Amino acid sequence: MNKFTTLSGIAAPLPMVNVDTDAIIPKQFLKTIERTGLGKYLFNDLRFTPEGTEKPEFVLNQEPYRKAVVLVAKENFGCGSSREHAPWALMDFGIHAVIAPSFADIFYNNCFKNGILPVTLPKEAVETLLKAAAEKKEITVDLPNQRVVCDNKTYSFDVEPFRKHCLINGLDDIGLTLEHEKNIAAYEKEQKGKQPWLYAT
Amino acid sequence: MSKPRTLFEKIWGSHIVQRNDDGTCILYIDRHLVHEVTSPQAFEGLRLAQRKVRRPDATLAVADHNVPTSHDRLKGITDPESRNQVDTLEKNVKEFGIEYFGMKDKRQGIVHVIGPEQGMTQPGMTIVCGDSHTSTHGAFGALAFGIGTSEVEHVLATQTLLQRPAKNMRITVDGELAVGVTAKDIVLAIIGKIGTAGGTGYVMEYAGSAIRKLSMEGRMTVCNMSIEAGARAGLIAPDETTFAYLKGRPLAPQGADWDKAVAYWKTLPSDAGATYDKEIVLAAKDIAPQVTWGTNPEAVAPITGVVPNPEEISDEGRKDFIKRALEYMGLKPGTKLTDVTIDKVFIGSCTNSRIEDLREVAKIAKGRKVAANVYAMIVPGSGLVKEQAEKEGLDKIFIESGFDWREAGCSMCLAMNADKLQPGERCASTSNRNFEGRQGRGGRTHLMSPAMAAAAAVTGKLTDVRELVAKPVTPAKAGV
Ligand code: SF4
Repeated sequence: MNKFTTLSGIAAPLPMVNVDTDAIIPKQFLKTIERTGLGKYLFNDLRFTPEGTEKPEFVLNQEPYRKAVVLVAKENFGCGSSREHAPWALMDFGIHAVIAPSFADIFYNNCFKNGILPVTLPKEAVETLLKAAAEKKEITVDLPNQRVVCDNKTYSFDVEPFRKHCLINGLDDIGLTLEHEKNIAAYEKEQKGKQPWLYAT
Repeated sequence: MSKPRTLFEKIWGSHIVQRNDDGTCILYIDRHLVHEVTSPQAFEGLRLAQRKVRRPDATLAVADHNVPTSHDRLKGITDPESRNQVDTLEKNVKEFGIEYFGMKDKRQGIVHVIGPEQGMTQPGMTIVCGDSHTSTHGAFGALAFGIGTSEVEHVLATQTLLQRPAKNMRITVDGELAVGVTAKDIVLAIIGKIGTAGGTGYVMEYAGSAIRKLSMEGRMTVCNMSIEAGARAGLIAPDETTFAYLKGRPLAPQGADWDKAVAYWKTLPSDAGATYDKEIVLAAKDIAPQVTWGTNPEAVAPITGVVPNPEEISDEGRKDFIKRALEYMGLKPGTKLTDVTIDKVFIGSCTNSRIEDLREVAKIAKGRKVAANVYAMIVPGSGLVKEQAEKEGLDKIFIESGFDWREAGCSMCLAMNADKLQPGERCASTSNRNFEGRQGRGGRTHLMSPAMAAAAAVTGKLTDVRELVAKPVTPAKAGV
């Protein structure tokens, strides 16, 4: 998995609430069997006209935001489907952190599995960052120290220690779980004794 | 005596393989449903790491999101990308030894319809699928939630997931529903009340006499849309309705196992005195048929209502959202919902494509005609639902009324196949999401119950189904 430690660069402001996964990556792009190459479809319907030309008013079509590494948005970011294509598309575009006052559960979870850091900050802090981003100020997201720095201000954020550990070290979840294979096997043995119908097929 | 526990706490507690110091748990997963869209990268990951599927016997695969629903689909999928995804799934299930319902199999259908239909979904289980509407299976008192592709791979390889316990919310709906008001209206009313993020971080348990009176189909509709309130899972305590539904299904426990299973299932309902982190109460009698006017499921109103005015909203974020939604939907503040005309009707999706939903549609459709300005499609949830409907003669009613009666699949719920709205087209839909572009770029979706969608089909506009229920068709009007 991709590692995440500290990231500095341009942040794109997207002052919208309830940005859903259909907006992040519409379904016609879910037909891929790969994880990569989705960046060009990120926010497709907001970014492009039906004919495929750029909409100049959309932030990611403007300089310097074409090179954004951080996205700042409003409440309930990533609501909707479980499609991991949403973080894949962000990642492929070059966005490695999203800052918002709140996230939808599945999207939040999916980010960590793909080396993207979702940062939850209070609404007022996000409003300030949205303004700073609109003024093209650089943002630093520092995971080891759990802080966002922008315009000489520092904002601390919470993150679960285990997720932080995995992200900083780029650890593969499956490998970690399989270290406990003995416990899984023991659980199965016990469950099979008590609820044999779960193993009947 | 031990502390009273909720249904959620009981299921959670009995699936912990290991508790970590930070409060996360390795949770055992009893059943895993797999479909073509969110699994290719997971199988590829297994191959790269040379891992196997730990329990093929606990895994079931089906192609549903991409498949055509036209009658000639056995000739093959024409869209090369969709075909590639389905072919990839077929290759993967063979390689990893997973049971698969292909397009030729009459058991094929939407992943959340076939799990319960086969009896795979059972009380007390943990069930996952790479699809957010996995919450549907909670109707059986199973802890069921959607996961991303990385987690699909994790479950395939380990039969577990790393999880943190959710908070508990109980939503109680007591009393009698009025005629014409259904499970879909209950859940839309709940989402309207708590909002699309109201359930974030919670598992929502639905309780109360109105919920207990629902059939399994109705319960599935309610749990299905839990995710639209932000909750990953919904739950309804198993009872005699649940057991009766499951008995005799191919994957349900058989013989002596059946009795043992039922005895266990009866221990699952929340204990008296169990506490919840949050409680919501609704009175069934206050719920009118619901219809959405905006671009998420919380943008909902009773059919007797009007399109809201963003200028009357003080919260800036909400005001912007409503403005944008009305622009997208092509609606003016103050318009009566019953004055909104439609172009298409979609009856289907994992929310409302089961036999009972189709019976509701038939009741309204019988003796009436789809309005001249409307194209209306009915997409059964599975090949078996289709077969049952045809056995009951519902297909004849649909066809006679002018509905297009199709093959099973997700279809225009997410418009990944050929079934989609054109820009600006307005659709009365029984699905679960009305996000911008969900049913096709520029398409305008109004979510509602099957009965309401049928009413819209025959009148050509959003309609209070109660008026049609009260006004049976006269022979003179029928067949016009
Ligand atoms: S019917 Fe719609 S919501 Fe249900 S699984 Fe298919 S695409 Fe998802």
